[in-house]
Amino acid sequence: MSDTISLKDRTAIVGIGETTFGKGMAESEEQLACMAIKAALDDAGIAPSEVDGLCSLNMENVWQHDIARDLGMKEVTYYAQIPAGGHGGCGTVGHAAMAIATGQAKVVVGWRSRKRSGRASRIWAQTEQRVQGRDTWLRPWGIIRPVDEVGVLAARYMHEFGATRDHLANVALAFRSHANRNPNAVMHGKPMTREDYFAARWISEPLCLFDCCLETDGAIAFVVTSAERARDCRARPAYIHAVAQGFDGGSTMLANYFTADPMRSQAATCAKSLWRQSDFGPSDMKVAQFYDAFTPEVFFTLEGYGFCGRGEGAAFTEDGGIALGGRLPVNTGGGSLSEVYLHGFNMITEGVKQMRGTSTGQVDSADCCFVSSSDLGPTCAVVLRN
Amino acid sequence: MTAIPLPYTDEPDTRGFWQAAREGRLVVQCCTACGHRQFPPHPFCENCAHAETEWVETPGRGNIWSFGVAHGPSLPGLQDVVPYPMIVVELDEHPHIRMVGSLVTGPDAPINSVPAGDIRIGLPVEVTFAAVSDDVTLPRWMPRRSEGRKP
Repeated sequence: MSDTISLKDRTAIVGIGETTFGKGMAESEEQLACMAIKAALDDAGIAPSEVDGLCSLNMENVWQHDIARDLGMKEVTYYAQIPAGGHGGCGTVGHAAMAIATGQAKVVVGWRSRKRSGRASRIWAQTEQRVQGRDTWLRPWGIIRPVDEVGVLAARYMHEFGATRDHLANVALAFRSHANRNPNAVMHGKPMTREDYFAARWISEPLCLFDCCLETDGAIAFVVTSAERARDCRARPAYIHAVAQGFDGGSTMLANYFTADPMRSQAATCAKSLWRQSDFGPSDMKVAQFYDAFTPEVFFTLEGYGFCGRGEGAAFTEDGGIALGGRLPVNTGGGSLSEVYLHGFNMITEGVKQMRGTSTGQVDSADCCFVSSSDLGPTCAVVLRN
Repeated sequence: MTAIPLPYTDEPDTRGFWQAAREGRLVVQCCTACGHRQFPPHPFCENCAHAETEWVETPGRGNIWSFGVAHGPSLPGLQDVVPYPMIVVELDEHPHIRMVGSLVTGPDAPINSVPAGDIRIGLPVEVTFAAVSDDVTLPRWMPRRSEGRKP
């Protein structure tokens, strides 16, 4: 159709900004957001006054108009919040790209700021005495935390496909080894052995402490502008080659025991849309960034986006399959498990670093990078290229 | 009294389920047009988009589709029962319907009454009911006796 617009390579991420990551940081979420956004704009060489678009997740506590006031933005003509929390990170990239390609804005900032180390900030810890909606069918029987939901799903996956805790350990160990090359990673300087993994305490069997992402404070931001302008920015552009969001009638947030085939990836719809738009396919990816709040999610993403077949995700991690030097290095900065947990925004910035050639876990031959958000639910993904 | 989070029992889409539970019946929705059975309950038939469903009783027998064991830290009210198992049951009569549940040795036994080591995927279970507040009766599951099993 002549009146549709392809987003392919029309826009680029031209700036990234990250605070330090840690626990119990002194700054407020609003301060952290401003720090990351200012750093991203400085990286791009664009003044805050030029920003006219703002995208975040629906879980973001810092409002777009506060950001605009704090940083002296003038006229904001596009703003969006993407539903579904950690399932929505790449959607901010997609909305930024759409806003620019359709003339709604010229410079769009996406960000995530979070102080999670306070116990009270964990959503599950705030479960009400009475629950409603989806929680009705989970919480009264003790499935309280995200780790409980994913643990029960993982147990079934392991039963059906012969995956073992050694496969889960493969994920945790690969990402920890990547974090140990990344000085900004929370787990930098803390190598982990397979023995360490198996000695860790249970959180929700079959998942132990090291199957779970970090609890961290920090903020991350990125700047998107047109491909034309990107060529004049300071850093090498990471072109937004393809973006997609998706879910289907069987989707729900997190583990979906109630759908006809719970082992079927919820990413199927998004994957179909993404690869239809992309000149690259799964087999072209030499590096990828996956949402990894829990280790088994990596199996689901490998399968859901076609990096391997159904039930083959665990085996894919054998022999260093997702570690640097393996067939598909994943989460080369350490991921949510070992770099920082900011609802997957570090996957976006790590993808950009790979396209610039500046990652601490650089894959030299990488000319494109797959980035996804959590696919246990409505999801989204991006293909970046350089 | 358990301090586990409880459901609202007076909402239009779900009150029939909780009313039946108080009467010791396990029900699911059945489409009045196509007969499709669905759980969890929601407005409209997920199969044919018909607007009307009715509650139909199920025999309350199934097998464990998956399970996990929750360790602490958890909610303050659950700290004294961790670790406890969490199960997902697949109904014998409607294999496409699964329900999250607790595995217990009897109707009023605590949710950690069955040792995790005794639980396996495929274990036959049957429903029981525990009144945990004035309005909430929770379906729970007990290991099924070995009826039907060849000696």
